[in-house]
Amino acid sequence: MSKKHTPIEKVGITSRQLVLILITSMAAVPGYLMVTGSLKTQEEFLNSPWSLPLHPNFKGYTAAWNDQFPTWFRNSLFVTLLAVLITIIMAASAAWGFAHWKWKGRDTVLGILISLMVVPPVVLLIPLFTLGAKLGWISTFRMLILVYIGLMLPFSIYLLTNFFRAIPVSLTEAAEIDGASDFRTFRSVVLPLSGPPLITLTIVNLLWAWNELLLALVFLQSDDKKTLMVGITGFQSRYSLSIPTIMAGMTIATLPLFITYIFGQRYFITGLTAGSVKGE
Amino acid sequence: MIKSVPTEHRFTAPRNLGAVFGRSSKSGPFLWILPAGMCVILIFGYSIIDLVQQSFKYRGDWVGFENFSLVLTDPLFRIAIFHNFLLLFTVPILASLSFICAVLLFETRKGMKFYRSAVFLPYILPIPVVGVVFGQLLQLNGALNSALRAMGFENLALDWLGDPGQALLTMSAIIIWKEVGFGTILILARLISLPLETLEAARIDGAGFFRLHLKVTLPQLKPVILFYIINEAIVMVSWVFNYVYVMTNGQGGPGNATVVSELYIYRSAFQNKSPELAATAALLLLLATLIFIIGFFKIQRNTKGGVFNE
Repeated sequence: MSKKHTPIEKVGITSRQLVLILITSMAAVPGYLMVTGSLKTQEEFLNSPWSLPLHPNFKGYTAAWNDQFPTWFRNSLFVTLLAVLITIIMAASAAWGFAHWKWKGRDTVLGILISLMVVPPVVLLIPLFTLGAKLGWISTFRMLILVYIGLMLPFSIYLLTNFFRAIPVSLTEAAEIDGASDFRTFRSVVLPLSGPPLITLTIVNLLWAWNELLLALVFLQSDDKKTLMVGITGFQSRYSLSIPTIMAGMTIATLPLFITYIFGQRYFITGLTAGSVKGE
Repeated sequence: MIKSVPTEHRFTAPRNLGAVFGRSSKSGPFLWILPAGMCVILIFGYSIIDLVQQSFKYRGDWVGFENFSLVLTDPLFRIAIFHNFLLLFTVPILASLSFICAVLLFETRKGMKFYRSAVFLPYILPIPVVGVVFGQLLQLNGALNSALRAMGFENLALDWLGDPGQALLTMSAIIIWKEVGFGTILILARLISLPLETLEAARIDGAGFFRLHLKVTLPQLKPVILFYIINEAIVMVSWVFNYVYVMTNGQGGPGNATVVSELYIYRSAFQNKSPELAATAALLLLLATLIFIIGFFKIQRNTKGGVFNE
């Protein structure tokens, strides 16, 4: 099965494995300290931060969960899910408009959309805050959701347009000759073919919205409206005397994301390599 | 491709209506694009127009370029821009590390999937979590320093975040730690899709590991590496707020050691209550980003069917 390696090749393979193990450990260190730290007592953590938790206890988790974590968690879940759902619907519809019809200026509009992907959110912050204040929408979920949708749309439309364009015209034409309306063609021919890109987009957007801090910080100022990311930035200073509680909080905040990543890694990588320029 | 088309004109109906209501189509693209289009115009179009207006006004009055001269002469703004400039030096490091990691992963069959997931993991972690955990790890008596002391490197146990001369470097290291996974995945994906023949031919000709990848692999990866470089340059100029905010409690400390342009904008608007100055600084930041966007488009045009249309 495997071909024979010369001694020099073997040295090469082993040293490459060693370098990779080193890189992997460096990538894993903060995660290791976070999870083990969350199961220790304050004393254990200060005396031996690197050791495994010999007597794991969950006091950190109870303390974090009895704080406002459930509220933050709910808020994050609500904002993220709703924003991503609406984004996907809007983007799929728009991408169909871009992919199915040739119209004048289409490529220019698409070009502008792509360039919008790199506009930093901080640039939009002040005008949108002024607008939100005028409308009385500061500290409402609808404001943040609207802003998230707007920011997720350019990349989402771009990705889906590329995919829809690759669908053979013969398929959609066949449906149209059979007398299907545009909506019907879209729903029963295009969408069933679009599972993978839709999943990719959902995962990339879920992670982005879940992790977003700056806009959530500015638009949701009242305590009961905070998202998880805003909550945990303030959480640190309140529990400066109980590191395990902080670490437990961080673990809770990472968990949904970690699960999404494990199950959707393949799709996530596709999304990134499709030309994503999303930062945080 | 990216001509200066005013945003308001984006969705005017084409002159030739036959193109819209063509033979095989009944509804036309307009209605399909409308909801998303309105949302994008509101969030981006409205904001950018309003931003330009705000940056020329003070309390509603037109003041010309006064805001610009105020911002540009503000020492703190200059410090912030300088810090963003310094952060740009992480970009070549990121590109080299990503290339090395990608090649290593490419050459490894045993456990490649596991290593790949591990290298990529930091990129998906939320920055607030990363910031808080690193904040604990890098305390003066934190986990890193206690490990260094235990190994006898007393001199290396620095005050990573508390020393003004050290803080920005530490911040850069954390950003590298987090961003390198993205580059690795991007380059690796391209590497896997390259035709194998060239590599095999060079290998048969006796090219060693290093020669092979520097002379044969690297040139073929140029487009994707350039894309990554532009992308990371944009990150360093305008997407590092989260790191600084979380690790310094929104202050950019110690002193002003880690103030970046985004934090300057945030603080001007929400701590010093001068939205005009914040808007002006934001406009300047947008213009700076625009330079990178142009580079981004040049690359995209040169690599049709390359990086973007996979």
